[in-house]
Amino acid sequence: MTPLAADTATAPVESEVGSPDTRLAEDRPWVVIVWNDPINLMSYVTFVLQKLFGYPRAKAEKLMMEVHTKGRAAVSTGPRERAEMDVYRLHEHGLWATMQQD
Amino acid sequence: MVWRRPPRPFVAQRDGSVSLNLSDEERRMLARLLPQLSELLEAPDDPGLRRLFPTAYPDDPERDADYQRLMRDELLASRSHSLTTVIESLEVTELDGAQLDAWLQTLNAARLVLGTRLDVGEDDNPMVMPSDTDPDAAAHFTYLWLSELLEFATAAAMERLS
Repeated sequence: MTPLAADTATAPVESEVGSPDTRLAEDRPWVVIVWNDPINLMSYVTFVLQKLFGYPRAKAEKLMMEVHTKGRAAVSTGPRERAEMDVYRLHEHGLWATMQQD
Repeated sequence: MVWRRPPRPFVAQRDGSVSLNLSDEERRMLARLLPQLSELLEAPDDPGLRRLFPTAYPDDPERDADYQRLMRDELLASRSHSLTTVIESLEVTELDGAQLDAWLQTLNAARLVLGTRLDVGEDDNPMVMPSDTDPDAAAHFTYLWLSELLEFATAAAMERLS
């Protein structure tokens, strides 16, 4: 993961547009979460995670089991636009996905 | 009673295609069922479709409204496109990768709508057949059958990935 917080701490404040707090908030990565639901099949969820994110079978299965047993799993992290596209593609495949900032 | 399904409904081939082995009865059932889903998509505010159009930002109604404004029509168009692809390939015996994707998404969308309507819960065992006295027995049976088809379609798709 990129250490965004460290970059921000050393950046000269006067060169920034807007307050450092605002910039920090914008830079914080977004996390895409898949939630457990009683309808989606375990095999199908594993397949979708492999297909959309290119995860190997073992990683996709581990995330699927996390969704199944803990109720949710973070499946990807990144800037807002990319997270939104990930959420869209998960919705397209019928998974219950949301996004939130770390 | 032992019931053995004749050949697997979706079988990945070496050339990347997937053979589609459905009985005439199964193809007829899909031909009856899928246009109903198309009709539902024309009224996308129907509460039965909520699982097809989930919230992206549960904690931020303003951002979620933006997301819905930008993405909902695209999601609807994508669902309609997949559905049309499946309806048009109901008679074929071989699917390419794009058609298989459409089948996966559409079988799952149909299960989401039906499962929402049947109020399927986390503790419901998907393999238990409904009792004869259940007024929703026919819908339950359809749900189980779609689940079985999706399970096979997913297995074939996984085989194509590896």
